[in-house]
Amino acid sequence: MKGMTIIVKTISSWVKMLIVLFGIYIILFGHLTPGGGFAGGVILASSYVLLMLAFGKEFVQKDLPLALDSKLDCLGALLFAVIAVLGLVLTDRIFFTNYLYQEYLPGKEFELISAGTIPFSNIAIGLKVGASLFLVIFLLSTFRRETSANTKE
Amino acid sequence: MYIFYALLVFMIIAAIIAIETKNLLSAVICIGALGFGASLMFLFLRAPDIAITQIVVEVLGLIILIRSTISRDLTFISGDKEFFGTVVSVVIIFVIFLAGVKVFETLPDFGTAVFAQVPEAASQTYIKEGLQSTGAANIVSSVILDYRAYDTLGEATVLFTSIIGATVLLRKKAKKLLEEPDL
Amino acid sequence: MPYALCFLLFMLGLYCAVVKKNMVKIVIGIMVMEYAVNLFLVMLGFRVGGIAPIIDRAQYDPVMRQVAAGFVSSSVDPLPQALVLTSIVISLGSLALMISICIRTYEKYGTFDITQIRRLKG
Repeated sequence: MKGMTIIVKTISSWVKMLIVLFGIYIILFGHLTPGGGFAGGVILASSYVLLMLAFGKEFVQKDLPLALDSKLDCLGALLFAVIAVLGLVLTDRIFFTNYLYQEYLPGKEFELISAGTIPFSNIAIGLKVGASLFLVIFLLSTFRRETSANTKE
Repeated sequence: MYIFYALLVFMIIAAIIAIETKNLLSAVICIGALGFGASLMFLFLRAPDIAITQIVVEVLGLIILIRSTISRDLTFISGDKEFFGTVVSVVIIFVIFLAGVKVFETLPDFGTAVFAQVPEAASQTYIKEGLQSTGAANIVSSVILDYRAYDTLGEATVLFTSIIGATVLLRKKAKKLLEEPDL
Repeated sequence: MPYALCFLLFMLGLYCAVVKKNMVKIVIGIMVMEYAVNLFLVMLGFRVGGIAPIIDRAQYDPVMRQVAAGFVSSSVDPLPQALVLTSIVISLGSLALMISICIRTYEKYGTFDITQIRRLKG
């Protein structure tokens, strides 16, 4: 699949860094401002979709191969499960507690590093959702081209 | 309050156009308008998290729909399905709609807080003690990642499973197995 | 009254999913139903003159560790918002699955029409 014209390629190569920065901001500040892991993960996926639409599929396949993408997806899900099981192991035999907040308890609200395990869970969820959605959109676009190439012959 | 009625009427008109038009591209674009109206509606209903999520999810959904269906069998399914079946379905749906409107009149009015009338509702605990117990200023984040973290684990599992299903359906290797018996 | 309009949107989506013959139109009907349900859940938690459930630094008293009473009495319900947030992302995943089924069926039968699929024996 070929990309688009040179104007689109230039502008999208500047804009994609802004989109990735905005996605990381929404994920990291999810416990202070509106946002959270889900919205930030979808924004990260959409920055790679912009690259795929503007530059073509071969460029994105060199940049982020599908095998690496699957592994990032599994890594995000595994990280979320590890955070949950550590809550069971470290304190109190309660699955999924916010054990980090109960250790560093006194007065650290409204700052970036606060609220215990909530930022780490946001990062794990954002990674998982972003990698999954980009994988599916890439496979849907690749499949379409293969089919129409076969039917033309 | 009038803004809610205006946005709901806009969404209903967009849905009617998306359902009745014969051109698939118009239907997909009207779904985009529907999602945009829903995002504005969430913003006026004081839910900023959901407005951000809705608008970006709707953009990706539009890309999925357009990439997969346009430039295939575009448009124009001809003819009418059985006339009798269509009339029966419309009558049944209309009857259910009238019954549903009667049921909705028994709910409390739109705008009165339902959870404030029950003194030991779960939401009262989340609002009063959310910041001391978890340390997060965004109460919705503390609900989905601390008080109700099981639901988030379930959501991650459902998303994982549906993506695996879509990946398996879109494999290309199946074609090679079909070619071998021809040799 | 807004509840009735939301229910009308749901019924329009149901009509489309039941009556239409094109597979992509059926998928569009299911998406309209999902939008209507998410909207209804968030409308249940609304309070007239309410504010979003995000605490500002000015409303928190760090000495007494207590949130201001003005916030508690005028905040909207955070619980439906938490449930709808995950539901929106799941609807995107299920849309991807439905569209991949449609593409596979098109590749095998050559049409999006569901009545033709019943007659041809593949």
